[in-house]
Amino acid sequence: MNRIYMDNAATTRITEPVLEAMMPYLTDVFGNPSSVHAFGREARKPLEQARKQVADALGAQPNEIYFTGCGTESDNWAIRGAAYASAKKGKHIITSQIEHHAVLHTVEQLEKEGFTATYLPVDEFGLVNPDDLEKAIQPDTILITIMMANNEIGTIQPIEQLAQIAKDHKILFHTDAVQAIGSVKIDVKAMNIDLLSLSGHKFHAPKGVGALYIRQGVKLQRLIYGGAQERTQRGGTENMASIIGMGKAIELADQQMEQHNQKLCAMRDRMIEGIMESIPETRLNGHATKRLPGNVNVSIRYIEGEGILIGMDLEGIAASSGSACTSGSLDPSHVLLAIGLTHEIAHGSLRLTLSEDNTMEDVEIAIAALTRVVTRLRSMSPLYNAN
Amino acid sequence: MYTEQVMDHFMNPRNVGEIENASGTGTVGNAKCGDIMKIDIKVENGVIVDVKFKTFGCGAAIATSSRATEMVLGKTIDEALQVTNKQVAESLGGLPQVKMHCSILAEEALQKAIMDYKQRLDAGEISE
Ligand code: FES
Repeated sequence: MNRIYMDNAATTRITEPVLEAMMPYLTDVFGNPSSVHAFGREARKPLEQARKQVADALGAQPNEIYFTGCGTESDNWAIRGAAYASAKKGKHIITSQIEHHAVLHTVEQLEKEGFTATYLPVDEFGLVNPDDLEKAIQPDTILITIMMANNEIGTIQPIEQLAQIAKDHKILFHTDAVQAIGSVKIDVKAMNIDLLSLSGHKFHAPKGVGALYIRQGVKLQRLIYGGAQERTQRGGTENMASIIGMGKAIELADQQMEQHNQKLCAMRDRMIEGIMESIPETRLNGHATKRLPGNVNVSIRYIEGEGILIGMDLEGIAASSGSACTSGSLDPSHVLLAIGLTHEIAHGSLRLTLSEDNTMEDVEIAIAALTRVVTRLRSMSPLYNAN
Repeated sequence: MYTEQVMDHFMNPRNVGEIENASGTGTVGNAKCGDIMKIDIKVENGVIVDVKFKTFGCGAAIATSSRATEMVLGKTIDEALQVTNKQVAESLGGLPQVKMHCSILAEEALQKAIMDYKQRLDAGEISE
């Protein structure tokens, strides 16, 4: 059976050009970029080249890019670092209810440490209302952190508007752009973003590498103490091959963005249309247009997500779900609850996230497979009345 | 994450459906994750001669309902009451720890269906 991967929001494949760029750093060029000798110098140059590649894709300067171990580390560093660096000015942080756990749990932890927080609600499409942000600002607000695009429902926030409000109030603005890289054109300067997190493996670089953009002049407390790497701000010998891979991957993602988005939007919209046509009582979660090009998220009534996932897996298709039964914690996804879904509807949620590797044919196969899986599960559901 | 037996029952569930004129029906909800299971039984001379289920729940919930119905079919109601969720899970080669609660659904739905049968019997709504 041909397997079809439609879980690219979870992670992506390392593409050939990225692997090729990485190979020398897994083999011949093994020097430590901090070393003075020729081996070290040989590694230093490509490291700085990768930094420039990341900076260019964001409209930043290379000295504003700091390599980290992952998106979660970047989020932790940005939020904890900003909170503690500004703690004398105030204690209040604003975020949204639909952030990734890397942000949400970090803010919750800060609350335990004496900070306060406001979690902005979102509308039925997952959008933060800029007026709500304006109203939530207090004299002691020190940080606003709102994700650029949601990992579950794909909703793209009006980041420019939100960041402008932060700027008007002279409050630091951080955005978790982990899902947005390669899909949303980013210019941190024009968008007034002070801090931005990204993660390599979401755009065809390897796992275990990320970056944080820190606008020049913004002070953060360190998260990781150690050596003088990353201009003394983040100790730890650089993950050379992965950083080089991430540099290459973000450069490619940026160059190919328009072309990929066109292809992905067409597949996404066909998938949504096909599912709605062939499966009654299904709803689209998230926004119809302010949506990541590869994201499909639907709730299918009367059945549960884990069953759908296993069924799809047996059909050769990899997807994911925000159902309580798949969460490990047995709570349905906080994102689906925040957009107003009942537990029951959140239960039957399915996320399919496409990449450039997918084809229209894959999409048709997935629609047909899903229809079969749903029909079978509904026939077993006490809530479903076939007539 | 699931054993072969669990997958088999998930893919080829036994005794799915409903019984018309059932002797007893039990519907339970899982407080933990919000899932629902319904079991119908047909009892003749104190023996479960037919049993059917419908489940709104995860793979483990579906597989354990299927297996539980299989285990009680042909048993007397007293024997059926002895069947525990642990036995059901064990007979499937075990369940992941976080999925043990799913198997309780089947046990409870079955017990409720038997209670329902007994009550209706006492009330004279049905005969043995
Ligand atoms: S029934 Fe929900 S986790 Fe099994």
